[in-house]
Amino acid sequence: MDFRPVLNSKKITLGIVLSVFSLFVSVKALALQEKNPAEPATETKEEAKFDPTETIMEHISDSHYFHIGGKLAMPLPVILYTDKGLEVFMSSVFEEGEKIHGGKYYKYALVHDKIKAVTGEDKTEDTAAKVFDLSITKNVASMLMSVFALLLIFLSVASAYRKRIGKAPKGLQSFLEPVILFVRDEIALPNIGYKYARFMPLLLTVFFFILINNLIGLVPFFPGGSNLTGNIAVTMVLAVITLLVVNFNGNKHYWAHIFVPSSVPVWLWPLWWVVEILGIFSKPFALMIRLFANITAGHIIVLSLISLIFVFKSVAIAPVSVAFVVFMDVLELLVAMLQAFIFTLLTALFIGTAIEEHHH
Amino acid sequence: MNPLVVPDLGLVVWTTVAFAFLFFILAKFAWKPIMAAIGERERSIEDALLKAEAAKEEMSRLTNENESLIKQARAERDLILSEARKAKDQIVSDAKEVAHKEGARMIELARVEINNQKAIALADVKNQVATLSLEIAEKILRKQFEDQQQQDELVSQLLKEVKL
Amino acid sequence: MIGSIAALGAGLAVIGAGIGIGQVGGKAMEGISRQPEAASKIQTAMIIAAALIEGAALFGVVVSFLGLR
Repeated sequence: MDFRPVLNSKKITLGIVLSVFSLFVSVKALALQEKNPAEPATETKEEAKFDPTETIMEHISDSHYFHIGGKLAMPLPVILYTDKGLEVFMSSVFEEGEKIHGGKYYKYALVHDKIKAVTGEDKTEDTAAKVFDLSITKNVASMLMSVFALLLIFLSVASAYRKRIGKAPKGLQSFLEPVILFVRDEIALPNIGYKYARFMPLLLTVFFFILINNLIGLVPFFPGGSNLTGNIAVTMVLAVITLLVVNFNGNKHYWAHIFVPSSVPVWLWPLWWVVEILGIFSKPFALMIRLFANITAGHIIVLSLISLIFVFKSVAIAPVSVAFVVFMDVLELLVAMLQAFIFTLLTALFIGTAIEEHHH
Repeated sequence: MNPLVVPDLGLVVWTTVAFAFLFFILAKFAWKPIMAAIGERERSIEDALLKAEAAKEEMSRLTNENESLIKQARAERDLILSEARKAKDQIVSDAKEVAHKEGARMIELARVEINNQKAIALADVKNQVATLSLEIAEKILRKQFEDQQQQDELVSQLLKEVKL
Repeated sequence: MIGSIAALGAGLAVIGAGIGIGQVGGKAMEGISRQPEAASKIQTAMIIAAALIEGAALFGVVVSFLGLR
């Protein structure tokens, strides 16, 4: 019998590639597992029980170290704005939370990966000290890198546009032009209308900022590994920007609809006001939660699947787990684009309703 | 509260700064030229298409015009030719008629002349015949009336015929 | 204890979203089979609706996060 057509089929090839990949990853997991019992002398109490919740939380929350792999971590600068003045030092002084650092004004310690001013060696909080943490944390560093990458990409694309006026796009330019046109033709135009041009810079910036950070979040090692768009502070800032843009651009019809709705009986107006004002805030709030929850949920699922290997303490589970992780990562790739799209789309929709000309 | 759902104020500040920076730089140096270039290119493509359409129309209009011109020229030529032919026919027929008339006149003249000549000739012939007959008659009579008796007989017969 | 209740809450939220996304997907399939030429438009609308429903479910998940720890 001739098996060649079977062996040539794409599914088989894909299957082989995936199984080789999962084998490779499971070997890595094995190595990790073997390495851990190799140093029981130093970390006996930590190795006692694997707590997936703690591991997952550690991975998706912010940190003062940028983990590169294994025990290797890059210390990041700590910037503290205290009531006495500014303090700047590297996070390496804490030695992974083991040590207390005596700064110029206060003593600081790392409690649950957060910097706290402490009174003494026992890490009790110094309530008198007012410390505002402005450190370059993992998320901030990742965000600055993504901002740099975006600037690099789009300034070069813009210069390509300037150099090649009226010519067909080329290279990176031709890769990004459909995306820019997609934002213009599928998001801005249908939802905002003919006044779309004024909001294009904001929509494009929001779209690409969310997209690149979603994608960076999917990369499990050094330049990635952050959970920036899955951090509620970041999504909050983006949602607040939407809130401000929508309400500062609202025309008189928009405000009239909220405060003097002609189609509503006057005695209902107070209730209407409550509902509408709640609506003003709930729409961006929903944006904030949606992006945060989608990205965080994706990270949690991927990390949970990986944690299964360690929970069952078995390499046999690794191929299954990795296969699911690959599936989830592909899904997350879709979600990364979809969430960037949805956030921008809804922003455009809210702007559109705020600047819409009246037609009742 | 779960630390995940508590926004970290430091990150809020940094995000605001980074996003604002990104927005202003990109808006000024990237989106503006990019959108302008895309719009410009779209307009130029549209223009080119419209121009091509117009050129096509102009072309077909010119072709039509040429065709009609050719048709007109052909018609004119035909007209001129037919007129020339008519003129030729006219001239020929005129000439024929003239020739015909002249011929007829000459024939008439000839006939008249012939008739005249004939009449003259006839008259001449008549005279000669008369003279000849007279001579013949004279000769016959002379011969016949050599005999006296016959003469008397005839006279008597003639006298009988005469009734007084 | 609170963790288990939170997990139950997350599960309940997911049931709702599952029903919702199922409805959206089913109706979209019906629509596509009725009008195959509008498939791409229906798909886009379906994905948006699914994402919105998912957002609602994730609200539930986030609220159950609030209880954790």
